[in-house]
Amino acid sequence: MDKYRWAWFHRFGSPPYVYRIAGLWAPWFAWVAGLSMVAGLYGGLWASPPDYQQGDGFRIIYVHVPSAYLSMMCYGVVAAASAIGLIWRMKIAHTVAVAAAPLGASFTFLALITGSLWGRPMWGTYWVWDARLTSELILLFLYLGFIALSRAYEDSRSGDRAGAVLALVGVVNLPIIHYSVVWWSSLHQGSTKFFGNDAEIQTSMLVPLLLMIFGFTFLFAACLAKRVQGELLERERHSAWAAEAVR
Amino acid sequence: MSSLHEFLSMGGYGAYVWPAYGLAAIVIVINIALPLRRLRRLQADIRRRAGAAP
Amino acid sequence: MMPAMFFVLVTTLFPLGLSPQPELLRTIAPGVVWVAALLAGLIGQESLFKSDYEDGCLEQLVLSAMPLPLIAATRVASHWIVTGLPVMILAPLMGLLMDYPTQAMGSLVLSVALGTLTLSLLGAVAAALTVGLRQGSMLMPILVLPLAVPVLIFGAEAAARAARGEDAAGALYLLAAMLVLGITLAPFAIAAAVRVSLES
Repeated sequence: MDKYRWAWFHRFGSPPYVYRIAGLWAPWFAWVAGLSMVAGLYGGLWASPPDYQQGDGFRIIYVHVPSAYLSMMCYGVVAAASAIGLIWRMKIAHTVAVAAAPLGASFTFLALITGSLWGRPMWGTYWVWDARLTSELILLFLYLGFIALSRAYEDSRSGDRAGAVLALVGVVNLPIIHYSVVWWSSLHQGSTKFFGNDAEIQTSMLVPLLLMIFGFTFLFAACLAKRVQGELLERERHSAWAAEAVR
Repeated sequence: MSSLHEFLSMGGYGAYVWPAYGLAAIVIVINIALPLRRLRRLQADIRRRAGAAP
Repeated sequence: MMPAMFFVLVTTLFPLGLSPQPELLRTIAPGVVWVAALLAGLIGQESLFKSDYEDGCLEQLVLSAMPLPLIAATRVASHWIVTGLPVMILAPLMGLLMDYPTQAMGSLVLSVALGTLTLSLLGAVAAALTVGLRQGSMLMPILVLPLAVPVLIFGAEAAARAARGEDAAGALYLLAAMLVLGITLAPFAIAAAVRVSLES
């Protein structure tokens, strides 16, 4: 009965199936995201006390940390989807990767700007070459490279595969890049860590933060679902299932 | 947080906190709006094509 | 030839753009030599697959009986001899121009050697991915440079430590480890990339 065990997986290889369930799940993801973020924002902006060191300026973490987390998680999604696409030759997987990348890039961009805004009142400059921000910057370049490469091919199938190879090379490199940047940062900045006070996070800060991370993740899932639907329609616009699905 | 004024000024950091949240809101709205718009455009396009050549 | 000339030119730009003061040059020498070597490596990568792609030799290589990753590895190695090796040889000279201490030259050369080899491997992946594209030559550096950051960080630090008289072994070992990782994995990525480029 092995082949029935994998049936659920292979069902995902069918574009009309994925189109349908993406459309079904997206609203639910959106609602979970919305509720979670409202709760998180209430807890983070209104109900929790100011930080004894950073005053109210620390409240930026409620958007900065979720963005940074999502920027990395999304790259994981791109890499995993790319691997699945290359190994099992599933076009859908490549479609997911291509759909996810711009989302990841936008979150990386957001993480960079919010990180910069957070740093400005604390450190006096709009940019600090600390380990996390520098890593995020390089991550942004990795995303942009993936997007540029996959779009540069005229044949989207080849573009997908090229991007997938690049994404896998990137994901292997990512821990190395991160480690090297952390090492480099520690050499040149001594022991001053910019965002290093995670250990001292209190419950009143932690709960809203987790709610925001949770909310951002489901928001990402909802947006990804819609993007995948769009990609599928775009690529299969002449097919019978597409005409049927949009009726 | 006791008053709206305190809320808006964010202990003096308002000029940094609110742009950060504003940008986050913009990024989120764009990430929602663009895919929805594209989807609607494609759906209309396919419907038109299916209608023209059944 | 061209990568070597580019290497020399870029290095000389820095004193011209900043200041020729020996104290400044000594501080920035490891970083400058390394960035110049990196950029020179990029220039070299253009020629790796382009001519083979255009005259059909690349397809012949893919169709041949030998495993493509092996062919890729040997191509990169022979390509490095023409592009990376001259840079490695010229590196001490550029170091002298920037008042890099002579007793640390060994470490500088070693770091540049290890680094340019790794960069050749990384660059080859990007070159293979972009060889069929019209704007490929502009896209290739954008793909490689983020991946090259760790090599730059450890290489420049190795050279800097040697210049300060400190022990550069740790950084050099890390460079060597990245090279080994590259030798193991890059040929497969290059082979996959070549196949994707040819099929479109």
